[in-house]
Amino acid sequence: MSRGVARRSLRAALAVVAFLFIFAPVSSLVIWSFTRRWFWPHPFPQEWGLFYWKQVLQGDLFRALHSGFLIAVVVTVLTLVLTVPLAYLLARYPIPAKPLILMVFLLPHAFPQLPVFVNSTTLLYRVNLGGKFWGVVLIHMVGALVYAVWTMTAVFKSIPESLEEAAWNLGASHLKSFFSVALPLATPGLIASTLLVFLYSLDEFTGTLLVGSPFVLTLPVYMYRTSVGYELQVASIAALILMLPGILLLVLLERFLKAEYLSMFGRL
Amino acid sequence: MEVRVEGLTKRYGRVSALDAVGITFPSGALTAILGPSGCGKTTLLRSVAGFVPVDAGRILFGKDDVTQLTPQARGTAMVFQNYALWPHMTVFDNVAYGLRLRRVPERDIRARVEKVLDLVEIGQLEGVLGRKPAALSGGQQQRVAVARALVVEPRVLLMDEPLSNLDAKVRQRLRVEVRRLQKAVGITAIYVTHDQEEALAIADTVVLMNAGRVVQVGAPPEIYFRPASAFAAEFLGVSNQLRGTADPGALAIGGQRLPYAGPVRGPAIVVFKASDATLGPTGPPAAAPEGGAVLRGTLEERLFLGAVYRHYVRIEGETVMVDAPEPAEPGPVAVRVPPAKLQVYAAPAG
Repeated sequence: MSRGVARRSLRAALAVVAFLFIFAPVSSLVIWSFTRRWFWPHPFPQEWGLFYWKQVLQGDLFRALHSGFLIAVVVTVLTLVLTVPLAYLLARYPIPAKPLILMVFLLPHAFPQLPVFVNSTTLLYRVNLGGKFWGVVLIHMVGALVYAVWTMTAVFKSIPESLEEAAWNLGASHLKSFFSVALPLATPGLIASTLLVFLYSLDEFTGTLLVGSPFVLTLPVYMYRTSVGYELQVASIAALILMLPGILLLVLLERFLKAEYLSMFGRL
Repeated sequence: MEVRVEGLTKRYGRVSALDAVGITFPSGALTAILGPSGCGKTTLLRSVAGFVPVDAGRILFGKDDVTQLTPQARGTAMVFQNYALWPHMTVFDNVAYGLRLRRVPERDIRARVEKVLDLVEIGQLEGVLGRKPAALSGGQQQRVAVARALVVEPRVLLMDEPLSNLDAKVRQRLRVEVRRLQKAVGITAIYVTHDQEEALAIADTVVLMNAGRVVQVGAPPEIYFRPASAFAAEFLGVSNQLRGTADPGALAIGGQRLPYAGPVRGPAIVVFKASDATLGPTGPPAAAPEGGAVLRGTLEERLFLGAVYRHYVRIEGETVMVDAPEPAEPGPVAVRVPPAKLQVYAAPAG
């Protein structure tokens, strides 16, 4: 009896802690976004209002949102166009140095992000892509490819080869069997992969700031600029808006990223 | 369509999966390729289908040399061990796939799909055309897989252990049906299995393989009653093997001697089936029936298998099995084997 009570109160305490960890920072964002004036040492703002929401919704935020989404869409499409065939080949054929190829995509993540991006920036400025839309797309793809290649390879690996052999056996070309058998069966994984890449691009900050400044503006960069300028209200609103697609996509991701794909990672 | 392979060789690194294999699969007959796992039987089937490029040799369909053709161009149809039905398509789409590739008009497709599903006796199943494979039992899935293969009227039907994922009862029923279907369609069929009982029951001809080579080819009774080697005898039945030495006129097993008039000399392997031997009380060797073998041993254990009792008898340090309808009591016994049922082979070198 007492053990049951102890266990239940422990669980309740953990829930409270978890709740605080997750929602306390968010709640301060919500409070800040509706604040007009808030000076130390008052526990709550002296003046509330929609002033900053109005200001933000009329200002640069939409430009940032728009270009951020556009970049994310382009990055996602390009990454998948590159990745799907590559992952299929890696999964199906005895390609020499396969672990090496898979490692190469991981390399940008193996080193500290800042030096990697600083070097990339100087390189991109040399080829006249610094501060340009396509420069940011490129730097996002460097980071995003690893997610797509690894997931898609695992996804194609999880489809038994005999399913495609059955199609060839009946006369289907490799292209036909790919589009009628392999790709439809890989669709849940493809969706998961799309979401991962899209989210990565949408949230990417360091590379975007270094490569894209001052002309390419995405939501994380916009947020950074406003918070550096001590416009905490504006930064809070940007953060809240940036969180929405993330939460939405993660809920979708959880539905499409099957456990068996994740288990395939170990066998690549 | 007669299928012939000549000198077929396939190596994986140093291992020969196929070592100069030559077999003729008669037109319209069902030929079973039988052997233990790793003997090369699946490699042989997959090379006929075109999935495995061979290192040497030829594959002929009738007069056509198909050795260099892609799987798509060979006109075989394969039934896979795991059925390989496409889980995202309905039964109808699965079976119609090959017909659509051949640009058969859609209304003919429907008629042909329904006809072939009737042939495999699954057409009557409620709403079967619209079901996904996952909504069918294993046996039903394999029927659909056979229908998918047959509907394109292939030149050769290839079956790779098609029943081994099914439970024993379904397996035995489908065995009968595969044979009925093959006879009804009159197609040349190659059937790979590791189950000797299945091979003997289903095939017109059995090809026994071991270590990448053909060991014996023959009709099922021939293979069963006249195995050509100790391996064949061992693989084809619940068999006993005893090591001995063959001399002119006598066969020595441990300290016991049997009359022997065969051609083998030197180290020998004596093989007899558990069902061919009988148990009796120990007595003088003179009690042997018409020159058959009598071996003295000790009955150590007995299992009731339903139809028979299986007795484990220790003879000269080796254990043999004897199946008998009546149980015998543990202790000294004599194992009698009729002369025609006792096979003697030269022991392989080493």
